[in-house]
Amino acid sequence: MTINNSSRPQTSKQKSNFDVGLSRRFALDRIFQIACWTAVIIGLVALVVLLVDVVIDGLPRLDWTLLSEFPSRRASRAGLKSALVGTIWLMVLTAILTFPLGVGAGIFLEEFVKDTWYAKVIEVNISNLAAVPSIIYGLLGLSVFVRLMEPITGGRSVLAGAMTLSLLVLPIVIVATRESLRAVPDSLRQAGFALGATRWQVISSQVFPLAFPGILTGTILALSRAIGETAPLITIGALTFIAFLPPLSLEGLRTPFTALPIQIFNWVSRPQQEFHTAAAAGIIVLMVVLLLMNATAIWLRNKFQQD
Amino acid sequence: MNTNTLENSVTEVIFQLEKVSVYYGSFEAVRKVYMDIPKNKITAFIGPSGCGKSTLLRCFNRLNDLIPGARVEGKITYHDKNLYSKDMEAVEVRRRIGMVFQKPNPFPKSIYDNIAFGARVNGYRGDMNELVEQSLRQAALWDEVKDKLRENGLSLSGGQQQRLCIARAIAIEPEVLLMDEPCSALDPISTLKIEELIQQLKQNYTIVLVTHNMQQATRASDMAAFFNVVTSEEGKRSGYLVEYNETIKLFNDPQEESTKEYVSGRFG
Ligand SMILES: Nc1ncnc2c1ncn2[C@@H]1O[C@H](COP(=O)(O)OP(=O)(O)OP(=O)(O)O)[C@@H](O)[C@H]1O
Ligand SMILES: [Mg+2]
Repeated sequence: MTINNSSRPQTSKQKSNFDVGLSRRFALDRIFQIACWTAVIIGLVALVVLLVDVVIDGLPRLDWTLLSEFPSRRASRAGLKSALVGTIWLMVLTAILTFPLGVGAGIFLEEFVKDTWYAKVIEVNISNLAAVPSIIYGLLGLSVFVRLMEPITGGRSVLAGAMTLSLLVLPIVIVATRESLRAVPDSLRQAGFALGATRWQVISSQVFPLAFPGILTGTILALSRAIGETAPLITIGALTFIAFLPPLSLEGLRTPFTALPIQIFNWVSRPQQEFHTAAAAGIIVLMVVLLLMNATAIWLRNKFQQD
Repeated sequence: MNTNTLENSVTEVIFQLEKVSVYYGSFEAVRKVYMDIPKNKITAFIGPSGCGKSTLLRCFNRLNDLIPGARVEGKITYHDKNLYSKDMEAVEVRRRIGMVFQKPNPFPKSIYDNIAFGARVNGYRGDMNELVEQSLRQAALWDEVKDKLRENGLSLSGGQQQRLCIARAIAIEPEVLLMDEPCSALDPISTLKIEELIQQLKQNYTIVLVTHNMQQATRASDMAAFFNVVTSEEGKRSGYLVEYNETIKLFNDPQEESTKEYVSGRFG
C-alpha cells in the first residue's frame, strides 16, 4: 500500500493550515508569568511583614538569658531552657517513632499490596487522617497514651507527647513515602526482578535508595509541622512551668515536659507587656529551630542525591 | 495448528506453549498461541507494533506476574514442567531466564554495580571483578568503559546502556535469554557486534529475540515466528501467531499471505 499524499494540501505561501500567532501566544505567556509573580509576591510580602513585626517585638529580649533560664514569674528572668530542650526531645522522639513506622507502612502499601482492595481503602483513610484537626489527635493521645498506657508512658510525659505528635504526622510521612516510591520508574523494578532478585532485594537496593531523598524531605516537612503544634500538646496536658531538664535516660522519657509553642502560648496569654516581648523572642527561637531543621533536610537530600 | 509446532523436531524443546492467551484486565492482548521453542537455537519474533511480542516474551520469565491485571491463560512448559505451577519459584525462573528490555534500563548506579547486582542477589561466590570484565567483554562494551567502571550507568549513550543491560543479563549465566529488540537503539556497527554476540551465545543459551529488523531476523535467527493483529468487532486489537517455521522457510516460502506481505516489506 502506498501512502496517500493527495489529502495533504501542498505547502503554499498563500494559505497555510497553521495560524502560528506568535504574538498572541507570547502575550498569554506574559500574562501567566505576571500572575505567578503576583502570587509569589503576595505570599512573600505577608511573610516578611510577619517576620519583621516579630523581630522588632522580640529583639530586645533575644539574649542569652532567654535560652539559659527556666520559666519564671518575673518576665525579665523568664527563659525558654526547658521549652527548647522539650521541643528537641519531642522532635527526636517523634522522628524515631515516625520514620520506621511511616516509611514501613508506605513501603508495604506501595510495593507489596498496591493493587488490593484493602490497600485502596487504607489509602483513602490515610488521606482523610491527614486532614483531621490536630486537637482530635490530642484527645486520642490523652485517652490512649496518657491514661490507658500510663504504666508505660508515665502519664503526661514527653513520651506521650511524642507519640501523639507521631500519630499526627504519620499520615503525612506515609503519603510522602508512597509518592516518592511511585516516582521511581517501574522499569527499574522490572530490571531487578528479571535478574532473579526477590521483592525485598529489589526494594532495598534499587527502589528505596532512589526514593530516599524524597522520603526524607517528606518526613522533615512533617516534623516541621509537628514542631509548631500546640493544641494536641495542651490537650494531653503539657505543663507550662517546668523548672528542670529531663535526665537523659529511659526514665527521662516519662517526665513531664513543655515545648516552645506551649511556652509562647502561655506568655502571650499573660497581661504583662514584658511577657509579650519574651513571647516574640520565643517565636524567633522557634523559627530558627525550624529553619535549622529544614536546612538539614535540604542538606541531607542533596547529599543522598549525589550518590 | 500443526503448522505452528515444530515438525519432525530432532532438537530438544525448551518451551512449549499450548493455547496461551495473555490478558490485561479484560483485554486479550495475545490470543491462543501454540508453539515450541527449541533449545540452543535463536527464535525470532517478528510482527507489527502492538501485536503482543513483548507481552508474550514476558510470559517466559513470568514478568507479567508483576503487571497488575495481567493474566496468562493456557499452558507454558519449561523443560516439560509447567512454568506457572505453584512449585515453580518465579524468582528462580527469572535467574535462569534472563531478559533484555526494549528500552535500556540500567540501574542509576555505577557500571560495575549494574553487573554485580544480579550476581550478588543470586549469591555469586566467584571473583566479582573478573565476572564484571568478562560480561562486559562478551557484550562488546569492555573497551569503551574499562576506565570508568565507577561511573553511573546512565552516563553512557543509549546504545552503550543497552549493551550494559545485555552484559548484566548474561552475568548471571542464564539458560535462556529473552531479548526484546536489543538493537533498536544501536548503530549498525554495534548492532553487528550484538548479533555476533548472539551467535556466540547460541552454543550455551537459548535465545528468543524480538526484532523489527527483517535483515536481523534472517541473519541471526534459526526459527522465526510472525505475529499479526486482529481487530475484533468492538475494535479491540489482539495479537495472534500467524506462522512459525524455520527462518529460511518463513522468509523464502511463507505459507500465509500476510506473512509474505510482511517479510517482503509490503505490509499495510
Ligand atoms: N502493561 C500493560 N497494560 C495494559 N496493556 C498493555 C500493557 N503492555 C502492553 N499492553 C497492550 O498489549 C498490546 C501488545 O503490546 P506489546 O507491548 O506486547 O506489543 P509489541 O508487539 O511488543 O509492540 P512493539 O513492537 O511496538 O514493541 C498492545 O495493545 C498494548 O497496548
Ligand atoms: Mg515490544
